[in-house]
Amino acid sequence: MANLRSKRSKYPPALIARTAAAWLVTLLLFFPLGWLMLTAFKTELQAISVPPLLIFTPTMENFSIVQERSDYLLYAQNSFITSVVSTILGLMMAYPAAYAMAFFKGKHTKDILMWMLSTKMMPAVGALVPVYVMAQSTGLLDSRTALIVVFTLSNLPIMVWMLYSYLKEVPHEILEASRMDGATLWQEFRLVLLPLTLGGLASTGLLCLVLSWNEAFWSLNLSAAKSGTLATLIASYSSPEGLFWAKLSAASLMAIAPIVVFGWFSQKQLVQGLTFGAVK
Amino acid sequence: MRKLLPRLLLAPAVLSLLMWMIVPLVMTIYFSVIRYNLMQPEETGFAGLENFEYFLTDPSFSVAVVNTLLLLGSVILITVLFGIGIALLIDSPFPGRGVVRLLLISPFFVMPTVNALLWKHMMMNPIYGVLAQVWLFFGATPIDWLTDFPLGSVVIMVAWQWLPFATLIFMTALQSMNREQLEAARMDGATYLQQLRYLYIPHLGRSVAVVVMIEMIFLLSVFAEIYTTTGGGPGDASTNVAFLIFKQALLNFDAGVASAGALFAVVLANIAAAFLIRMVGKNLDK
Repeated sequence: MANLRSKRSKYPPALIARTAAAWLVTLLLFFPLGWLMLTAFKTELQAISVPPLLIFTPTMENFSIVQERSDYLLYAQNSFITSVVSTILGLMMAYPAAYAMAFFKGKHTKDILMWMLSTKMMPAVGALVPVYVMAQSTGLLDSRTALIVVFTLSNLPIMVWMLYSYLKEVPHEILEASRMDGATLWQEFRLVLLPLTLGGLASTGLLCLVLSWNEAFWSLNLSAAKSGTLATLIASYSSPEGLFWAKLSAASLMAIAPIVVFGWFSQKQLVQGLTFGAVK
Repeated sequence: MRKLLPRLLLAPAVLSLLMWMIVPLVMTIYFSVIRYNLMQPEETGFAGLENFEYFLTDPSFSVAVVNTLLLLGSVILITVLFGIGIALLIDSPFPGRGVVRLLLISPFFVMPTVNALLWKHMMMNPIYGVLAQVWLFFGATPIDWLTDFPLGSVVIMVAWQWLPFATLIFMTALQSMNREQLEAARMDGATYLQQLRYLYIPHLGRSVAVVVMIEMIFLLSVFAEIYTTTGGGPGDASTNVAFLIFKQALLNFDAGVASAGALFAVVLANIAAAFLIRMVGKNLDK
């Protein structure tokens, strides 16, 4: 009897209902992505079969065709280089700025922060013509350099904000103590601040990697065959090749897999970082 | 030294952002008052306010403004409502909660072009798409989503992408609820609705503000989803301001008119920004 009761209390009907509801909602929301994964392993005929196929013999041929036909690796390399370099550059500019604002608070600190955020609210399209013309006249159209510069600058406000929200949590006394002991600025950063804000630095970097990897507006408008990122590769499947669903799915899967897996590992930090520390 | 150091540290970020803002702005203002068509280089000279007149009286313009606001409003509404719902649903532990979290957040990492094509073809295709099959299964006539509900389709795609973000923010906020207070309310016999009304919803206020702000930043300029699916059509049915400016600049090659439109978009964004910044500023002091 005692055994039975404990079993019943472990799985009360309310819990079962909630579990079922949660899983149902989750599977519905994840379905499009799951479907994309399945389709990537189908043949073109299976991909458009009516009714849709759930069970089939998976094939890997789509992946090799995508690589052969549209040089996936080149685009992946462009995506990788542009997002990693712009993230590093951004951190190098944002960290000192956030540090200065967090520890040398002046009259205008808040205004500067707000102004930075307001530049992020400028629609990118507002700068499209000038940036396009500048890129064209400097010969940087369709170059990775142009994308790196644009990604860095458009992520910079968010990076400063995020780092600022982490740095302002560091107690001033710790810094003062280290200064009393005669620590140089570099030692202060290396030995005191870096260990304390490593989490914040990581989430900021992670978020910028994701944003740059998925950036589509600038890469669609500034790059083409030479410096195109994965976002542009997929857009080129829009038509008429978009009719080949299995290949489209394979290419899409290859484009999102790295960043989705990466996101899974870092989701907690990412989301917390994105709230600028306003939600805990 | 006390003054110089922070300035030196601030300089790279502030100066480069200043350049990033001012150089394009000045160029845009200049382009907007000259005749500047990339296809007709012989057409030059001062145009006065012609470009503005052309852009603002273009019948597409008012449609685009309405579409921008509709897109922004519906996505925010959907993500906040469903986000709170899902967050409440998965707030307390249940079997597989960790996996659910991972699956739920996934769409947020999908790049917009993949998102758009995935929905356009595999979900919304009126013959082979999954949704068409579901409609047929229930004996209904499949909908040609992108033709009949172009803006609605874009809303679905964008909301699908941003719902995970909202959900996770709300989930994080719920974790910091005062458990004892909740427990006490339950002991006193508060119904779930009462708990929602007096405990959960007030607690989520701040995170709703954060979600609205961040989504506004990113959604005022939705572009790739429209570019890869409807191309702004049919007609102007799914054209927002960002896409309209793009069409003027790179499809009609009229940099002058596009610049006039861009200035308008900047003004629009500034109005939104002023409103938002007041909101965040309040939160910042807490």
